[in-house]
Amino acid sequence: MLAFILRRLLQSVAVLLTVGLVAFSLFRYVGDPINAMVGQDTPAQEREALREKLGLNDPPPVQFVRFIGNAVQGKFGLSYRTSEPVTSMIVERLPATLELSFCAALFALLVGVPMGVYTGLYPNHWSSRLFQAVSLIGISLPTFLIGILLILVFAVWLHWLPSFGRGETVKIGWWTTNFLTVKGLEALILPSITLGLFQLTLLMRLVRSEMLEVMRTDYIKFARARGLSNRAINFGHALKNTLVPVITVTGLQLGALIAFAIVTETVFAWPGVGQLFIQSVQFSDIPVMAAYLMLIGLLFVLINLTVDLLYFAVDPRLRAQGTARAAGH
Amino acid sequence: MAAATNNPPLLEVRNLRVEFPTRRGTLLAVDDVSFDIAPGEVLGVVGESGAGKSLTGNAIIGLLEPPGRIAGGEIRLEGRRIDNLPYEEMRKIRGARIGAIFQDPLTSLNPLYSVGRQLVETIQTHLSLPASAARRRAVDLLKEVGIPGAELRIDHYPHQFSGGMRQRVVIALALCAGPRLIVADEPTTALDVSIQAQIIALLKRLCREHKTAVMLVTHDMGVIAETADRVAVMYAGRVAEIGPVRDVVKHAQHPYTKGLMGSIPSLGERHDRLTQIDGAMPRLTEIPKGCAFNPRCTVHGRRCMVERPELMSAGASRAACWRHDAGGVGQPITKETVDA
Repeated sequence: MLAFILRRLLQSVAVLLTVGLVAFSLFRYVGDPINAMVGQDTPAQEREALREKLGLNDPPPVQFVRFIGNAVQGKFGLSYRTSEPVTSMIVERLPATLELSFCAALFALLVGVPMGVYTGLYPNHWSSRLFQAVSLIGISLPTFLIGILLILVFAVWLHWLPSFGRGETVKIGWWTTNFLTVKGLEALILPSITLGLFQLTLLMRLVRSEMLEVMRTDYIKFARARGLSNRAINFGHALKNTLVPVITVTGLQLGALIAFAIVTETVFAWPGVGQLFIQSVQFSDIPVMAAYLMLIGLLFVLINLTVDLLYFAVDPRLRAQGTARAAGH
Repeated sequence: MAAATNNPPLLEVRNLRVEFPTRRGTLLAVDDVSFDIAPGEVLGVVGESGAGKSLTGNAIIGLLEPPGRIAGGEIRLEGRRIDNLPYEEMRKIRGARIGAIFQDPLTSLNPLYSVGRQLVETIQTHLSLPASAARRRAVDLLKEVGIPGAELRIDHYPHQFSGGMRQRVVIALALCAGPRLIVADEPTTALDVSIQAQIIALLKRLCREHKTAVMLVTHDMGVIAETADRVAVMYAGRVAEIGPVRDVVKHAQHPYTKGLMGSIPSLGERHDRLTQIDGAMPRLTEIPKGCAFNPRCTVHGRRCMVERPELMSAGASRAACWRHDAGGVGQPITKETVDA
């Protein structure tokens, strides 16, 4: 198991280095950073001096190593747009995105999994067919449209919920949270639904097909033959066997939620890193873009590592591989 | 042996019909099957694939897979009718009064739960025992089915057991609540031959010790001959012959049974070739008129082509054959020979 974790960690490092290379390439090939930093009438010597000072004349591998070295320490330089340190800009906005993604994931899990179990157990019931039909809508409507529709209904027509922003937030250290005020929680509802709806339908369909599969297995039939209650069979034996693929997809989707919160954040004017990224793209603010790339890469790697570890918790066949050979034949 | 026949039967199956509605009409997969199992008796049910043996077993434990359903007849356990019970009622009988063993021990156990957990949950479903007592019982059961180091092995997961050991665990699971009847559906088919013998011996010993009756579904005539008290031979959804195992094996009355016996290799005698039954069992949609076996039968007469034989006394057993006592091929059929 330790060897497995070490191997995974090495792979993670390789992935992050690759992402780093892409982020680094942004600096070199998407426009000239000097142009973004100096005025139009700056003389060539000054530009050259600045280039030398910033180390841009060094060979690319040297620059890359320097970039990675800084990135590891969390240094991504100054934003071209605001001249603030990139790291602090991201740290300031990260809680908004993480809280939104967390709520969206929670919503998708708490609604999607039970719906999947239900439709998997009673595939021919009319309500299952209804869920299936509705989930098709959820999967095919684009996120921004769902967001706009929700705003129209709940903010414009019904005036129940706010249509933009985070509402009131409370600062705990460097973290700003929505969870401690009613207004903050209200502001979370619509964006969370918008962001989580696609994942919800995806999870529901995944759990449903996995349940259908598992219910046909011999061990479920044998569990029935042992006279176990439906509850024990459905939620103990069947659901647990659907978990491995569900965990995989949930993990990947959690990464996707954070990364693709961009659209939802734009629709709801949510002050998260996604919105920051969109603004940075408009201004070719490369340091911010590069840092964002690295951050998303890091999150994906961390989530995947967690997912791999969760497999061990769920499936004893992985956990006990070492001892199995000793004890078996 | 057949001595058990004086007792009131433990299981009575009367005119059982199992059908499958399909788009092209309803298929009758088990057609008018009747038999009894006495307490402590081992009834072997033998036949080719698709003869309806497993469906009969599944109907008894109330686990026919939809769209299959019981279309007629009665199943009684200890005098109580069980074929029309609501799901919850039947669930309390399954595992408690009727245990089941399936073909493939590799897939019968949930891979994610330890063997002990699966035993304990079964025990606690049917017997009101506290966790510690249930666990003790689980260890005892594992010991009983011959799992070495049961105290340690109870916390192991199914993948840590070999196939034969897993089938032992499955047997322990079937025995959890002390059932009166075990429906064993091809319990040794998926195992190595050497392991098969062990499992059969174990099943035999346990059932004798616990006075549990067994309905042993298999297509292995050797297993039946070794284990069963009585045997029912099924063909195309019907019982072709039923009787004490010795009589059926030595003096088969139905030509199909004779064919089955002829196809078993024996070590003692020398054959140039084993006899085989030509042809294949008819599809459920194409069961011929008269006796379902007539296209493959070497001794069939005119009556076999038009009228379906019911089970009739034939020697020590009962056979569904107009020609059960016919001496040779082509003998003219008269009312006398048939009714004899």
